[in-house]
Amino acid sequence: MTLNTLWFMLIALLFIGFFFLEGFDYGVGILLPFIARTDDERRVVINTIGPFWDANEVWFITAGGAMFAAFPNWYATLFSGFYIALFLLLIALIGRGVAFEFRSKVEHVRWRRFWDSVIFVGSLLPPLLWGVALANMMRGVPIDAHMNFVGSFWNLISLYSIAGGVSVALLFTLHGALFISLRTDGVLQRRARSAAMGVGAWATVITFLFVVLSYLETDMFTRHGVDPGAVPILAGLSLFSVQFFIRAKRDGWAFFMTGLTIILSTITVFMDLYPRVMVSSLNPAWSLTIYNAASNPYSLKVMTIIALTVLPLVLLYQGWSYWVFRKRISAEHRLEY
Amino acid sequence: MDNLLLARWQFGVTTVYHFFFVPLTIGLVFLIAIMETLYVTKKNENYKRMAKFWGKLFLINFAVGVVTGILQEFQFGMNWSNYSRFVGDVFGAPLAIESLAAFFLESTFLGVWMFGWDKLPKHVHLASIWLVALGTTLSAFWILTANAFMQHPVGYVIQGGHAEMASFGALIGNEQLWWEFPHVWLGALATGAFFVAGVSAYQLLRKRWLEVFHPSFVISIIVGVVSSILVAIVGHDQAQYLMVSQPMKMAASEALWHTSADPAPWTVIAAIDPAQQRNTFELQIPYALSILAYNQPHGSVPGMLELQQQMQQKYGPGSYIPPVGVTFWSFRVMVAAGVLMILSALYGAWQMVRDKLLQSRRYLRWMLFAMPLPFIANTAGWLMTEMGRQPWVVYGLELTRDGVSPTVPAGEVLLTLISFSVLYGLLAIVDAYLFVRAVRQGPEPDGEDSEVPDLNVAPL
Ligand code: HDD
Ligand code: HEM
Ligand code: HEM
Repeated sequence: MTLNTLWFMLIALLFIGFFFLEGFDYGVGILLPFIARTDDERRVVINTIGPFWDANEVWFITAGGAMFAAFPNWYATLFSGFYIALFLLLIALIGRGVAFEFRSKVEHVRWRRFWDSVIFVGSLLPPLLWGVALANMMRGVPIDAHMNFVGSFWNLISLYSIAGGVSVALLFTLHGALFISLRTDGVLQRRARSAAMGVGAWATVITFLFVVLSYLETDMFTRHGVDPGAVPILAGLSLFSVQFFIRAKRDGWAFFMTGLTIILSTITVFMDLYPRVMVSSLNPAWSLTIYNAASNPYSLKVMTIIALTVLPLVLLYQGWSYWVFRKRISAEHRLEY
Repeated sequence: MDNLLLARWQFGVTTVYHFFFVPLTIGLVFLIAIMETLYVTKKNENYKRMAKFWGKLFLINFAVGVVTGILQEFQFGMNWSNYSRFVGDVFGAPLAIESLAAFFLESTFLGVWMFGWDKLPKHVHLASIWLVALGTTLSAFWILTANAFMQHPVGYVIQGGHAEMASFGALIGNEQLWWEFPHVWLGALATGAFFVAGVSAYQLLRKRWLEVFHPSFVISIIVGVVSSILVAIVGHDQAQYLMVSQPMKMAASEALWHTSADPAPWTVIAAIDPAQQRNTFELQIPYALSILAYNQPHGSVPGMLELQQQMQQKYGPGSYIPPVGVTFWSFRVMVAAGVLMILSALYGAWQMVRDKLLQSRRYLRWMLFAMPLPFIANTAGWLMTEMGRQPWVVYGLELTRDGVSPTVPAGEVLLTLISFSVLYGLLAIVDAYLFVRAVRQGPEPDGEDSEVPDLNVAPL
């Protein structure tokens, strides 16, 4: 395996970590206005992700940094190309980040309602945008011979990419509902379960629609044939199984299965791209690949040594932090947020 | 307005803003860690209340530091894509390492610290705040590695029209980095110290919660003395290194159009006329520039016009003179703020030794107004460093105008510039409001922290 391939996989891994972890964060934010009615309930719901959300977001920052280090051209093309989409994403993340911290600092109904709606919008927008971005990355965008994106924001918007956005948002909502059901009890847990039930059905339908559209819109079909291989099929199966586990009240398993769906779907996207990182819709020869977008071999070697030393440590202490806060929380607890 | 100008404004505005919050984070977390250490070793609940009170202010600040940082991480790709392509092989590495080694550390353990007061053994909780402090320091180190490369590129080769990393060791051994990092870190420590001193002085003037704010004040004065003196000493060494790495920046920060006499006098203030390339008025101290530049009372310092000629021979036609006014004045503002800080901290230390720290209301009031000094020095320092490097984005390798994204429409840059500026302005207002509120509320009352019973079962 070349270092280029290894780095492609490492970046996929960072995105997997990001979507898996930040996925339920976003889901919790989206569900906040729907399943928490009183202020105490809202605080409990927010505190389920309280100790984690920032570290989860760092997965995204690290994915960005790793793209910069390993594939500078990918970083440059993607973020200058998807300019307005990234701008919206950043606005959402800025609002959402401060909202968690600011919300509970003042006891005033309007103040809290305002920050709660910032949390809601700030959690809903990112998955929509990520879905749109991923759909476009798979389908290809206008990239010229100098690796520059020459389209506009409206090039990114189509039925296909919107289906992508909606399906990611629904998947994350489902993931978040199940996370809440694991971290709370009583009435909140019950509401989270029924939300999972309702959202789960829609998530399954829309995601299935998105997969069908992917066959029509992207070159998945011509590149890989009708048989997509084991990974996407397993992704679909795990998504179907969620319904069953929710009904059986096996929250842990259901959460595991939505997590698996997210992981396997992300792998599918990256497998579909490989060895390209940005597909040019103008001329296949202008696509960015793990070779023409990459840093020099020495750089990649240095970064490999560092990443393979540090990342396991990160996984270890982040895992430990989830272990520290494994207990269910309720309004009787001291709530920080 | 063109793309370049807008992109530069955007970078300047958002980065300066980010760096309002950054040094306070770095400095404050260190002071909180000291307070919690005292709590754990002395078993005095007062120190816990201190750590919690400053922790509340810290968290309000940290939140804005984080969200403005996210924008920084992607801005190189958004507005500076040619720059990213040109130096990504070298410059991307420290950025990626910063996330991996620093941001994960600080964010994870800050979560543990915030939510873990009742859940963790004391020493584990203490360890988590020290790990946050370590994380912020590592973060500074790695981002400054990236910045030092832009000031003084080392460890690279130019191949196929872009810079490729040739030696990682050289990159982190960059002498520029080893002046910049301690200078910035000590400046951040001073920022934290003056912040704690100012807020404490405010409460001491009102004679409230003396048991919390008196020791806070003492700690902040001690840290303030040490850090503000050291930051000036390191700054002086940094200026000498500037003579080696970027003589043009040195000349600009002295508004020195022509090579100076030997020994060189230091210009305290000047009226600069950049159009005529001369100064219409100068107030000078003899010998001082030679001492600043070489640590000895002789030696002349090259001037901008002579350097301009040398650079034209080396790099081709064009102007290599940075904006002189900004560079000159921001240097003076930084040094003036630094001197005031040293004097303020020393006076406090002297009062402390005489056991009269709380007696002079005038001193307490002054410390309240001294709070902005380090923020001013930090901003001025960065303005000097970054403006003095112009027209280069990477000194000697790439011009700023060549780094900008070629296909992003100016209208979109304008839209984001305005939106971020407005959003940041609003955030500043809310943040200031929350700060003032939290300061007024003061620390939590004694003994409030009774253990909350854990009635619940684990989910899995
Ligand atoms: C000398 C220190 C320093 C400097 C020059 C910068 N930063 Fe910063 N940054 C920090 C020191 C720091 C920090 C202390 O680690 C912060 C500040 C407050 C905070 O919350 O963490 C942070 C936060 C922070 C975050 C959020 C991390 C998180 O989610 O926990 C990002 C992505 C960046 N920064 C990125 C940047 C970039 C790309 C910069 C260059 C233009 C930059 N910072 C300049
Ligand atoms: C956090 C403290 C910093 C501050 C306050 C700061 C401030 C500034 C300012 C005011 C400019 C505009 C100069 C001009 O356009 O004439 C600038 C330019 C620039 N700085 Fe910094 N800077 C900081 C740190 C950094 C770091 C750490 C990096 C890189 C890792 C960096 C990279 C750049 C780049 C790429 C430019 C070129 C864009 C431009 O000219 O506007 N800066 N900075
Ligand atoms: C009092 C004497 C001081 C001197 C002689 C001094 C000297 C310098 C010099 C020469 C630079 C430019 C280095 C370069 O461009 O490579 C610089 C930058 C800077 N200074 Fe100072 N400084 C002093 C005080 C302070 C204080 C008190 C603070 C903050 C609390 C501060 C914060 C900064 C910052 C943030 C930078 C930009 C980053 C860097 O290049 O290191 N300085 N200083």
